Amino acid sequence: MGAFTRHRKSRLIIANFTGFEADLLRSLASQIVELLRNEAAVPDDSRDPFEAMMDFSGPTSEPEDPVLQRLFPTAYPEDAEAASEFRRFTEGSLRDGKAAAACTIIDCLEEAGLPPELTEDGLMIDVELDEETAETWMRSFTDIRLALATRLGVEEGDEEFWLAMDDEDPRSQAHDIYEWVGWLQETIVEALTS
Amino acid sequence: MASVSAASPVEVDPTLTPDEITFLAKPWVTIVWNDPVNLMSYVSYVFQKYFGYTEAKADKLMLEVHNDGKSVVSTGTREEMERDVQAMHEYGLWATMERAT
Repeated sequence: MGAFTRHRKSRLIIANFTGFEADLLRSLASQIVELLRNEAAVPDDSRDPFEAMMDFSGPTSEPEDPVLQRLFPTAYPEDAEAASEFRRFTEGSLRDGKAAAACTIIDCLEEAGLPPELTEDGLMIDVELDEETAETWMRSFTDIRLALATRLGVEEGDEEFWLAMDDEDPRSQAHDIYEWVGWLQETIVEALTS
Repeated sequence: MASVSAASPVEVDPTLTPDEITFLAKPWVTIVWNDPVNLMSYVSYVFQKYFGYTEAKADKLMLEVHNDGKSVVSTGTREEMERDVQAMHEYGLWATMERAT
């Protein structure tokens, strides 16, 4: 279930999810929205206090949460001043864009019939996305995967480690979800390029 | 016909090669770094979609990121590179910028 394909006649990117899968995607997207809205934009306090106070346009220092650090990397690794300027001008709109993308997933699933509380057994959710919306899903899947991977400590070439882990370990279950979203994303890329 | 002996309006150091002139005009680069999360197909898709690169060029850059840990994906003015870095962050790629060396 869940693979995205391109509909031959309508050219829409389509997928069908079980109620459980759709509910899971909604929950992941909601967590991204929460995370992005959670940590307030705090100006860098090392500057002149008055200057800092008069500048509330955007954050200038790295976020504390490792997930947010990965979502908003430092653009100038060798130049702290340029890095904080860049952050001030970009982080706000990047945050808004990523939150809006996650909301798009939630809205599409609910428009496709996902109820606020999943109670019904055997519910199927069919989504039909135009290219632009499919790309928005694809980008937001990246944010979800980056968030899960950062929390889990995913590293290059660690497949064996995850395979060997006890199924009962909650990290193993979270990693399965991470892999599943990755597979979904792969099918969106394929559908978009077909 | 009168002949005009005014100096050329464009002052380019005649000892510079075309490549050096291009380099001086585009002194910044955007670098995309490898990460264990982003899918190879996705990274290549982003390079095609955002930069308008051919599939072959996008794949080449993506493989450089994957195998060498990083790749210079665009070159330009500082303002242009800030736009590119921001766009890469929108797509969730780990991008930084620096002066071309």
